[in-house]
Amino acid sequence: MDHADHELAHDRHAPIEDREELTYYERRTWAIQALLVEKGVITADEVRQQIETVDARTPADGAKVVARAWVDLAFKARLLHDAKAAVTELGFDSGESPVLVAVENTPKVHNVVVCTLCSCYPRALLGLPPDWYKSLSYRSRAVVDPRGVLQEFGLELEPDVEVRVYDSSADMRYLVIPERPPGTEHMSEAELASLVTRDSMIGVTKPRAPEQLADLKAAAPA
Amino acid sequence: MAAKFQPGDTVRIRVGSPPGHFRTPAYVQGKTGVVEALHGAFPNPESLAHGGDGLPKQFLYLVRFDQTSVWPQYPTTLQDKLLIDIYEHWLEPA
Amino acid sequence: MMEQRVHDRGGWPDAGLIDRAEHTYSMWEKRTDAIRGLLGAKHIIRTDELRRAVESIETAKYERLSYYERWLVAVEALLVEKGFLTHQEVDRKMEEWQTCER
Repeated sequence: MDHADHELAHDRHAPIEDREELTYYERRTWAIQALLVEKGVITADEVRQQIETVDARTPADGAKVVARAWVDLAFKARLLHDAKAAVTELGFDSGESPVLVAVENTPKVHNVVVCTLCSCYPRALLGLPPDWYKSLSYRSRAVVDPRGVLQEFGLELEPDVEVRVYDSSADMRYLVIPERPPGTEHMSEAELASLVTRDSMIGVTKPRAPEQLADLKAAAPA
Repeated sequence: MAAKFQPGDTVRIRVGSPPGHFRTPAYVQGKTGVVEALHGAFPNPESLAHGGDGLPKQFLYLVRFDQTSVWPQYPTTLQDKLLIDIYEHWLEPA
Repeated sequence: MMEQRVHDRGGWPDAGLIDRAEHTYSMWEKRTDAIRGLLGAKHIIRTDELRRAVESIETAKYERLSYYERWLVAVEALLVEKGFLTHQEVDRKMEEWQTCER
């Protein structure tokens, strides 16, 4: 890959020609890491491991939880009551803090999550948040104009649906359990998981429809 | 120490702008809502943010508001809600 | 009317359309995230302290910097505050690299 990976592998300075192209903040990050390593606060190995750990978390984890909730209603009840304990059943570690909370979409209730004060997000199950989730415009408008925001994401809701916006202002991290799409009765749990998008677990869209799955498979890279 | 509020209680969010770090956004301050849930007791971020130990822990509540009572322009035909986690010391009975 | 702080964005006026373009996280951003995570796991910097440090960034700078740029500024400020390093040390380390030969 690029020179930064080379550095991760060999823990030495970048070649001088690559180094000049790094931005100020890139170079400052390197400098801070180098100093912290020199002072014995962290090691380069630990940084490497941590990057790998964070990289390994993806929305596919959250999708598995949702798919299980769709096929096993007793699991869903446990998930809604105590999400931390329920996801542990599936082998996921949501951590001591912050606290994972699952909220369920129904035909009459649609949930959407934001953190207006910063960028709190259920990283343990979804990985890193998308840029737009952390943007000043999403943080501002999700609370005051959620339907306008949903429209931008292509989702129109009827006036009789209750839109519930969760502002993650403290130690809880909200995960939306979207509604199971119609026409999916024949699908396996794994197939159901592939319908569950990251954005549907934030609440700005609905999951994929089964028809879209066929399109995805056709378009998938080799 | 028992929690001061329980689900179903009507509460008003205090108004304030302490000099340090706090987690009560301006847009809900002064607004009245209903306690939806009690999450439990958590270390106080206002202390933790400045090197304190976060004690005593504060009860943390999920408070539910009608969007129409939070925003003057929100369409009154809609039943939409705003839910946010607020620490006990920011709540008063309403 | 209380002064609304720059990080307190709920209902901020003139917020505009949401830019839904996503960028792949660059290595330095992942590195910043990792350093932050490690310092948290080692109980050197708490999440609440990081938030406080980000919120303390001067308004115009807060709005101009990218997400991880804000986090890096905050991490550095806290490390200096807690006596782990100085800004000058970081400046010097950056200069070292400018002039260092392979």
